[in-house]
Amino acid sequence: MSIELKDLYDDFRDAKVIKAYAKQIAIDAKELNRPIGIMEVCGGHTHTIMKYGLPQLMPANIHFVHGPGCPVCIMPKERIDHAYTLAMQENVILITLGDMIKVPGSNGSLQDARAKGADVRFVYSPMDVLEIAKMNPTKKVIFFAIGFETTTPMTAALLESVITQKIDNVLFYINHVTVPEVMTVLMADEENRPVENKIDAFLGPSHVSVIAGSDIYEPFASVYKRPVVVSGFEPVDVMQSIHMILRQMIEGRSEVEIQYSRAVDKKGNGKAQALIRTYFEKAPFFSWRGLGKVANSSWKLKEEFSSYDAEKIYKDILPTKECQDHKLCRCGDILKGLATPPECTIFGTLCKPNNPIGSCMVSSEGACAAYYRYGNMK
Amino acid sequence: MKNTTITLAHGNGGSESKELVESLFYSAFGNSILNNSEDAALIENGKLAFTTDSFTVSPLSFSGGDIGKLAICGTCNDLAMMGAKPKYLSIAFMIEEGFSFDELKNIIKSMRDELEKNDVIVVCGDTKVVPKGNVDKLFINTTGIGEVYYNGISASHLKEGMSILVSRDIGSHGAVIFAAREGMALSSELKSDCASLYPQVKSLVDASISIVAMRDATRGGLAAVLNEWASSSGVTIEINEASIPICEEVQGICELLGFEATALANEGTYVIAVPVEEAEKTLEILRQTNQSAAIIGTVNNSYKGKVVLRSSWGTQRFLELPTGELLPRIC
Repeated sequence: MSIELKDLYDDFRDAKVIKAYAKQIAIDAKELNRPIGIMEVCGGHTHTIMKYGLPQLMPANIHFVHGPGCPVCIMPKERIDHAYTLAMQENVILITLGDMIKVPGSNGSLQDARAKGADVRFVYSPMDVLEIAKMNPTKKVIFFAIGFETTTPMTAALLESVITQKIDNVLFYINHVTVPEVMTVLMADEENRPVENKIDAFLGPSHVSVIAGSDIYEPFASVYKRPVVVSGFEPVDVMQSIHMILRQMIEGRSEVEIQYSRAVDKKGNGKAQALIRTYFEKAPFFSWRGLGKVANSSWKLKEEFSSYDAEKIYKDILPTKECQDHKLCRCGDILKGLATPPECTIFGTLCKPNNPIGSCMVSSEGACAAYYRYGNMK
Repeated sequence: MKNTTITLAHGNGGSESKELVESLFYSAFGNSILNNSEDAALIENGKLAFTTDSFTVSPLSFSGGDIGKLAICGTCNDLAMMGAKPKYLSIAFMIEEGFSFDELKNIIKSMRDELEKNDVIVVCGDTKVVPKGNVDKLFINTTGIGEVYYNGISASHLKEGMSILVSRDIGSHGAVIFAAREGMALSSELKSDCASLYPQVKSLVDASISIVAMRDATRGGLAAVLNEWASSSGVTIEINEASIPICEEVQGICELLGFEATALANEGTYVIAVPVEEAEKTLEILRQTNQSAAIIGTVNNSYKGKVVLRSSWGTQRFLELPTGELLPRIC
């Protein structure tokens, strides 16, 4: 039997099932003794929640707190400036993924660099870099690698192919970050959160867990006593996950549960994890936009692969100046779940998708872009 | 930083294109005819419709058409959408040095075929050959004049209670081009919707349908047309999301790349607004050409100037004008 693509999403957008969950959530929510906030860490979930209008289906005592899991949004300006500088070098082709080319740095975005003559391209799969490198043997092809656990193995696989195929014109600029460390930062600061922004439970990022397993969230259940449900990305997935969280809260449990069991297990993809550890090691820290330096939250190439590391090779020309975000932009607070997009004064006025001031307005997974695009209709 | 250079986003048919056209072109060339910003200009007291369009597509030939077919359909459709019968065309070619003669012959042949379907003749033209690298293979401009036989079609005449229909499933041209351009190996039969619309419009007029507004959903897709109408007429267009016809292949490509089918370009799909009592009859006629035609929504006054999508589980959201380059999502 062959599987059609639509089999992968059809049942998970079924109106009857969504309505049934909405009804059950409304009934069960009456048992809560206070309002609760559920953080969807992942930008993909933010997108689903806004696109399918799920806040409109929630009772008044359940609200979403949007989290920092959008790889484009959390990229600090300094690193965009690095990408811009690399792209503007003679004989360089800079390659990245999708939305990254739209994020503004101090001098403009990679899209602006392209309009000024830089060769900036985006690919669907990092493996496409191989073809571009082979077709342009006289150029340096720099892969501006971004993303969480989900995309890191693909970059590792690309490096492996570059090495085994003895391709000598591909370099990497690595921005691979990890989820649990930044969730820990949010929990550490939880005491100081205003009551309306408290994180009572987590909707766990699931494509991350396809690679890294669901066990990475255990401390949030056992130490911080927060229910975690690793959820799929369709509206039925999210509604079911909310219901699972609700049951945990009502029954006084805090466990890691997997709703997205069609793709996630506790341990994850061992082969992908091994691939990551062959080529990468943890960097001391990564500067997250809005969250600042977070220890141990990113990967860098191991020393033995430094001849592929654009960050080392171009060290002397990369700008070192620290950049401030626009003084009215609240991306930082939004990424921490301390503000929602409409609470930012420039949201939808000065800052729009075609002229983004902050990164959260750029990516389709950014909270501001999702609010702007789908409206926060009640 | 803003607008120091033209970016690809200025050509996407969405909000940046609108800004460029309005701030630069309308302010320099604006007049009472141009400012109507319809698919084709009505001149000589509304007796004639006049329009122009330039065509560049990569690849030049795609599943369901090529740049030649596109160049004839595009201009003739702009005339047809204003209730005009296409009559006379001009064609201008800009050809890159080194372009294959055989390929050009094939393109000319598909232009001839499409001219016949519209019963339209080419009355003047121009050829430029430019040094290698100065254009990408072949650009074509066509300009057309049509005779108006149905008056009063306008983007600004929508009123509360009217029905909105679409002539077939949406987004196939955009999906085909995206898949071909990115070398995506899709095992599908998906073809561009590229087609001449005049014969279809004629059958609507022959059946005495009161066409209020009509537009082919080219760049910017269905979302752009609906937003333009909502804004020009100062009304809300409310769309029942589940009723928008989208074929499985197009939806599949959207799922893979993170696009919305409503933002994908079409080249032979149009949106039409009619009084509610004529909606069923209109649908019947549209379905004679394509079974997937559908009534997708109605006009009301709840959020003026906005397009609202209603889901089948009772939530609603705005359908925004597409913005920026279409880029795939990351993870």
